[in-house]
Parts: sequence; structure tokens; C-alpha cells
Amino acid sequence: MSLKTSDVEKIAHLAQLSINDEEAEGLLGELSGILGLVAQMEQVDTTGVEPMAHPLHMNQRLRDDVVSETDQRDKLLALAPSSEAGLILVPQVIE
Amino acid sequence: MHHKSIRQHADSLRQGEYSSVELTRSFLQRIKQYDGQLNSFITVSEEQALASAKAADERLAAGDASLLTGIPFAHKDIFCTDGVRTSCGSRMLDNFIAPYNAAVVDRLAEAGIVNLGKTNMDEFAMGSSSETSFYGAVRNPWNTDCVPGGSSGGSAAAVAAGLAVAASGTDTGGSIRQPAALCGISGLKPTYGRVSRWGMIAFASSLDQGGPMARSAEDVAILLQAMAGFDARDSTSAQRDVDDYVSPLQDSLQGLKIGLPKEYFSAGLDAQLQASIMQAIDEYKRLGAEIVEISLPNTALAVPTYYVVAPAECSSNLARFDGVRYGHRCEDPADLEDLYKRSRAEGFGDEVKRRIMIGTYALSAGYYDAYYLKAQQIRHLISDDFRKAFEQVDVIMGPTTPTTTFGLGEKTNDPVTMYLSDVYTIAVNLAGLPAMSIPVAPVDGKPVGLQLIGNYFNEARLLNIAHGFQQVTDWHQQMPAQFN
Amino acid sequence: MQWETVIGLEIHAQLATKSKIFSGSSTAYGAAPNTQANTIDLGFPGVLPVLNRSAVSMAIRLGLAIEAEIAPRSVFARKNYFYPDLPKGYQISQFELPVVGKGEVELVMGEDDIRVIGVTRAHLEEDAGKSLHEDFHGKTGVDLNRAGTPLLEIVSEPDMRNAKEAVAYAKKIHQIVRYIGICDGNMQEGSFRMDANISVRPKGQEAFGTRAEIKNINSFRFLERAINFEVERQIDVIEGGGTVVQETRLYDADKNETRTMRAKEEANDYRYFPDPDLLPLIIEEQDIEAERSNLPELPDIKRKRFQSDFGLNRYDAAVLTASRVLGDYYETVVKAANGEAKLAANWVMGELSASLNRQGMDIEQSPLSAEQLGGMLLRISDNTISGKIAKQVFEAMWNGEGDADSVIEKQGLKQITDSGAIESIIDDIMAANPGQLQQYRSGKDKLFGFFVGQVMKATQGKANPRQVNELLKSKLAG
Repeated sequence: MSLKTSDVEKIAHLAQLSINDEEAEGLLGELSGILGLVAQMEQVDTTGVEPMAHPLHMNQRLRDDVVSETDQRDKLLALAPSSEAGLILVPQVIE
Repeated sequence: MHHKSIRQHADSLRQGEYSSVELTRSFLQRIKQYDGQLNSFITVSEEQALASAKAADERLAAGDASLLTGIPFAHKDIFCTDGVRTSCGSRMLDNFIAPYNAAVVDRLAEAGIVNLGKTNMDEFAMGSSSETSFYGAVRNPWNTDCVPGGSSGGSAAAVAAGLAVAASGTDTGGSIRQPAALCGISGLKPTYGRVSRWGMIAFASSLDQGGPMARSAEDVAILLQAMAGFDARDSTSAQRDVDDYVSPLQDSLQGLKIGLPKEYFSAGLDAQLQASIMQAIDEYKRLGAEIVEISLPNTALAVPTYYVVAPAECSSNLARFDGVRYGHRCEDPADLEDLYKRSRAEGFGDEVKRRIMIGTYALSAGYYDAYYLKAQQIRHLISDDFRKAFEQVDVIMGPTTPTTTFGLGEKTNDPVTMYLSDVYTIAVNLAGLPAMSIPVAPVDGKPVGLQLIGNYFNEARLLNIAHGFQQVTDWHQQMPAQFN
Repeated sequence: MQWETVIGLEIHAQLATKSKIFSGSSTAYGAAPNTQANTIDLGFPGVLPVLNRSAVSMAIRLGLAIEAEIAPRSVFARKNYFYPDLPKGYQISQFELPVVGKGEVELVMGEDDIRVIGVTRAHLEEDAGKSLHEDFHGKTGVDLNRAGTPLLEIVSEPDMRNAKEAVAYAKKIHQIVRYIGICDGNMQEGSFRMDANISVRPKGQEAFGTRAEIKNINSFRFLERAINFEVERQIDVIEGGGTVVQETRLYDADKNETRTMRAKEEANDYRYFPDPDLLPLIIEEQDIEAERSNLPELPDIKRKRFQSDFGLNRYDAAVLTASRVLGDYYETVVKAANGEAKLAANWVMGELSASLNRQGMDIEQSPLSAEQLGGMLLRISDNTISGKIAKQVFEAMWNGEGDADSVIEKQGLKQITDSGAIESIIDDIMAANPGQLQQYRSGKDKLFGFFVGQVMKATQGKANPRQVNELLKSKLAG
């Protein structure tokens, strides 16, 4: 599975990272190297092996349905780069 | 004062030899004096530290103190600290003053610990050398031209240089053990789920685990006692009682079965380093341990597997850093996409971007099965290797790292070589096991770490085994002359 | 060419929990922006989700209500994409292993027209926040109060063949979620939202046509219109020699049209993977049994019981069980009316429902209690009043003038059943209208109605109509 510059650009778009052509070239080399390392996995026969998403065999714990939070808007929105009238502002989104 | 163990400080504080405020001042003074050479702190919170030291002195006077009350400590800058900048070593969070404490921060604060500040680290804990920080590289106190390891390199360097009695770290693929090894201190990565991840900025959620870093196993045990425990806010927190880590430290090691995985002593391991490890193993034999050669056949697959699982999780975990609700936002975004792409490109450093890219790719349509699913399957195989090994032995030992510390900049242009330096530590995270690194005989004046891997939730035994060794050796008490 | 429409629906039912699915923030509607968004809802660094027990219970209840498989083990996954109303950059949802598996619902389209629609799955997920596009100096405002509100996404099989069926199915799911108390069904507040997958194919062809997905429809009327518009649009495209493209479309109610929102090529690669912050959700048999024992009587079962207990036809029984409250109301009326089930059905579906409709009221808001209505029906059945007079009584009761008995008493509406009294009135009328009497007797039968009218007028409608008929017939005959 060899990577092309267009793949790097596509991935960068999915990850919402702006990259210029030079960076794309650099990343192409680095990512290809990492994928080369990762390719060692191909040698292993994993037929019938259960994928392991968590290290421990635990189940999801459930929380009682209780409202435990109070309004912290002013404190939290103070950290937003741009806010007004209790709303977080971003450039206009057109739907 | 900076040589002393937690227990020694606790005694001195109780006997009135010095107050916590005095002790804290002396450490703050050392940070001022030495940290210019190490860059181990991102933020020093002097005011808050002195305030908690004062409160600690009151508790001590009132006889309401724990062993940790009044002890100067440092938190890795990955743990959120209410009112103190929590940057995670990233430009992205350079302006982020956390509005809450991480569970670990709260627990230690309740015990009365004094937080001196936030230690430097690889950006978002991604790295093995503490060179990817937005705040510049950390240097190894044993040789300031060399790296301290990473990602908890600031914590390791600060403890090794005596700028804090102990520090917190996090370990996703070796980030506590590897810098502990490279800086000559003791560090423990607990069993996954033993220490709450609440408020600890996530790198790879199924691998991350916070833990203590200190000079001795005893200090580590005292700290873990306070840090460990169930937290209802973390779905992956283990709902089981915390063992007593301190009392069993003195237990005999007679009859201890130590497994040495042949894969950990193969090509790629520095010969002198191997000799140092074997010397430590001999010490254990003298303490009554029995050595068993074991095999962890999938060892070589740990690094490739990790470099799918960890980036996949990180690519998603770091999506929240988008310049909308907090953190870095680029100047004058033209539109929403520009805001996202530029804020993230400016906010993240190269290594973080690389891993986000790899993870995004591994999860993307058409590649999920070949990468992510395959990696999860191999993760199972790696985990089974350990399960089988622990049917035969009590503890697995080997080197923490394949080499001693390396020069600054030596591996920064070669991510794959850098990744391979975590070959012995990574499998432990994939399996979720507890493991420690403790200092053994250095090679050419550079520290060497012995890794001890225990069975699930068997931290007490692990600490006992580490402590037994430290009772008959003094590597953990050595300090780099430059900072002594 | 004859075309066949294929429709599948994805319904998002907002679960009626007090707190959010993964945090302790309130889910109450209408709060000031961002006052119900805590660090978890805002996706702050280092915070973690813990699953709400009630959301799981509610999912189990839906599974039981549609006789679906309830997964003993289900998994939460992350759906990754960037949007300002999605704070973490991913939505926690379920992908490969949803909590509810295959089930089905039955639609009563007419007395002998029953359709069974398959439900593919239902999964738990968190809602997103809201982007407000009013002008903040050319910026969009983000309110994350709704972020993290629990949703159950109920996905149907492509089993519907026209807009009517789709609406009937959507109403059925709406009915079920309200019956079992897991969703308030409030469509204005967005508690119940529908996405429709629509395609057309030549009649007789097995393969599906290319589908378009119409997102976020929040009324049954719009659902019907959107589908009808979209079906015509697709047929026009194909008949005009074009091809339908797979895409996401929006329904514009003002213009009554659908338009492209996102083409498939631009579709996101969501990179689903199991959420490492959450563990597998295990549901034991005992959890299911606990929910089963708490489940109210379900609409289909209630309908069948109404058919057998009350002798109602399927259609009437379906109408009367449309909501739990209506069914309860009807049953109370029957009881108060001493078992007059058919009479009760006629009044509830007739006069009562017409009056409610006129005022735009729900059954919950009826000014007339079931006991009051039943009490009036008793007076019809014991001949105290006629059906016609009953309408007057009904109206008086509706206007708050008291129970049937007191209205009848106060207004003197009691029926005249004394034959002697009626006969003497008839005699008076015959005497007063000799011309009409003569015409009637000479064969103009139509005038019978005139005499009935006169009697009723004279008695202010209170004379027993059956008696009036009989007595008039014999008297007029001479």
C-alpha cells in the first residue's frame, strides 16, 4: 500500500490540517516510513483472533440519570477565542 | 534537602527540622538556579505552591497530615490543574488555563502535596525524547547534551536533578518508564484502569495511564497509594479496592520467579547495557529469586501494532482541538474550514501532525480492516503472550530501553528509529499491565533502567520486588554531580 | 412506464432522560444558550463520558415494544467529522453493534389493509448542538445545550412504497415511543426528527434505484410532501433521460421542494471505530425482564383488546388507541357509560374529537372529562335524552355548565315519553294544520316529516322520536 502525495493531501483534509506542497512531500516520506514499519503486521495470520479494543475485560458502568451540573457558562466561555451573548462564534456556516 | 526521600521529608517536617514553606522555597530556589540548563518546567506556580505549603504546615501542626503533606512535587503538564496553565507541551493549549483539576491532581492535593508547577513534555505526550515540546527540548541532568527520554521527560529530569521530590507522569507506550530509565529514577505505570484518567489530556485512551515518578520504589509506592483508586467519572476506571502498597515493600523475595523473555535480550540491545541488566538479575538471584527463560513471541509486533492503535485513537482524541471553544485560533480565518485547518496546523507540531495523519489514514475507508482491525487482533496475541508467561513466573524483567540516552536532535529526523526505542515498553501498554523501571548500574555514566513487568493489579508485588533491589543497591540514590 | 417508490426512514427520537447521555447536564428544553453545557458536553481536554442508565433502559423498552432482538453486548463507536456543533470532533454513536436489532411494526392502513414494516436496528447516540445562523456580524453562533442529549436512532427497512405508508410508519413509531414513555414526541422542539431515504424503480424490477436521503424533517405533513416531491423529481429526472445521484437533500417547506445538501463524492469518511473511553454495554436477561415488567400495554395489544372487549372494528380500535391518553380516556368513558362501548366510540371519535380539533386541543386538554362524557351517554342509553338533545348537553358540558344530569335538569331537556302527552300535542297540531292534514291524507306522504317537525318544535325536541313516529302514523291515518 504505497502512499501518493494526493493521499497525503486527502488525509490532511480529513484531519483538517492545512499543509503546503513542501510539507506534503515531507509527510509523504515520513508516513511511508511509518507505514513500512506497520506493514510488519501483514505477516501475522490473525484468522479468528478477536480484536481487542480494551486491555481489560470490563463492561460499561452506568450512571444514574441525575442532573448534577450547574450553569458554568461564563467560566467556560471565557476560554473561547470568540463568543458573544452566550454563544461561541465561528465564521459563518452556510447550510 | 533535595536528596531526601518522601519518608525522610515527612519525618523532618514532623520533627520541625524545617517547615513545608521552607522546603518548598528551597525547591523553588533550585528550580530558579538549575532549570535554565534543563528546561524541565513549563510553568512554575510559585504562589500556589507556597499557599499549599502554608496549608500543609497547618495540617502538620494540627496532626492531620499524610506522608505526602507538604512534599514539593511537580505535575506533568498533561494533567489539568485548576487555574494553572495546562499546555500539554503544545502551542495549541499555550493559553489554556484549565477550569478543573485532574483526578490525580485532586487526590494528591487532598493528601497535602505541594505542586511546584507543570513539567515539560513531548507535545501531547507524543515522543520518546521530550524534544517535541512547543516550549523547547528538555535536557538530561546526567548529560545536558542528551535527551531525558519522553514523553514525561520534564518530570524525570526534574526528579533526577532534585528540582522536585517526585513528579507525576503518564505512560502510553513507555512515557514514564523510558524517561525514568534514561534519567536514573524509578517510575511506575500502573495497570490500565488503576489510576483515573479524568482530567488527564488523552493521547490514546485505551493505552494512557498516569503514574508516579520518584527516586525510590518506596516513594513511588507512597505516591501510588494516594493516586490509585476508583473514579466514577472514568468509565475505564477499575472498580476494585486499592491494595496496600507500602506495607509489603519489605516482603522477602525468596522463591520469586523472574521470567527473562529471550526476545528482550536479542539483537539491537546494547551489549554493555545488557551486562548491566544481567548484573541486576544476579543481585535478584542473591536475594533468593529463581530465573526462568520465557518467550514473548510477538514482541517484535508491538511497535508496529502500537503505531496503528495509538495514532488512530489520537487522531480522534485530538479532533477537539479545533480553535472553536478554547485553545489556539488562527488570525482572521476566511471561513470555517480555514479556521480549522490553520488553527490546527499552527497549533500542532510536526510529530503530533504525523501521528494524526497516520491514525486518520489507518481508520479511513478501505484501510480500517488492514490496519486498525488487524492491529487490534495482534494486540490480543501480544496480550496472550503475557497471560501465558504469568502462568510460569511472578515478574518479567528486562531492559527498559535498548540503549542509554542519546544526543539531542539525534533521532528527531527519523521517526521510525525513534519509535523503535520503545520496543520493550510498548507491549505492556497494549496489554494493560503494570510495569516499573528502576535504575541499575549505569553505562559510561549514563543511567540504565531495569524494567519489571507484573501481572494485572499486582502493583504491590512489583513495588516489593523493586524495593528489595534498592535495599541492597544505591543506584537510585545517585545524583548527577552538576546538580548535586 | 409505471414506477414504484421505495422508502426507508431513519427516525431520531430524543430520549426523555433528565440528564445527558454521557454527562450530568440537564436536557431541559429552552434554556439560555450554553447554560446546560458542561466540560464534557463542550469536549474539554481530559474529560470523559459515562453512560446514562435511563438511556439504556429506554432503548431496551423500544426493543421490547417492537419485538426486536436486544443485543446482549453492544459497542459505542466514534463517528469522526468536524463541525462547530460537534464539540469533540466526533459523535459518540453505535455502529457495528447496536443495542437494538431487527424488529417490526404493524400499520393499520384500513379495515382490511395491514402492512408490516421491518425495523433494521435502533442505536443510542448523542445529539449535536445547534448552529445559529442569525447574523452575528457575519458569524455563526454555536449553542451546545443540546449537545450530548440522548437519541435513539430507529432505522427502518426500505419497506414503504408510498408517502402515506411512510407517514403511517412514522406515526406508528411516534405512537410507540410516547406510549412507552421514552420520548415526548414534541416535533416543534425537535424531539422527533425524520430522515427519509427515497428511490424509485420501474414496477416489477427487483433492484433498488439510486436513493436520495432527505434530512431532518420535523412534521408528518412535511414528510408526506417531501416524499411526494422527491418521488416526482426522481421520476422526472429518469424520464428526462438523466440519472438520480446518491446525495443528501434538504426539504424546504416554504418552497415545498427538496434541494441538494451534500453530494456523495463530498460525503465524509467518518472513520468509525470503537470509542476507547467507553466499554462494551452488556445487557443481561434480567435487565430486559425488569423493563418488560414496567412496560405499559402496547398500542397493538391495546387495539386488539379493544376489538375483542368492546366489539370495535380494527380501524376504530386503532384510532382509539392512537395515544395512551386517548385509549385511557375511551376506556373511562365506556366504564362510566356502563359498558356502552360502541356509543362511546362514536362520541369520542365524533363529537369530542371534532370539538378538540376545532380548538386545536389534544385529548389531554379536553375540558370534558371522560366521566362526564360517560355520564351523558348513560342518559342516552336510558332514554332520558335523545341523541339530538345530547349534542346540546355536550355543548353545555364543554362550556363548563356542569354534568349531564344537571344540564338536563337546568335546561329541562328530559325527554317526553308520556304517550298521552305526546298524543295531545299531536292532536293540537292536527287541529292547527287542517290543510296539511288533508293533503297528507290524500296521499302526500312527504308531509309526514312536516308533522314530525311540528311535534319536535312544540316539545323543543324533547319528545321521544320513536314514540312520535309511531303515534303520528296512527293518528294521521285517521
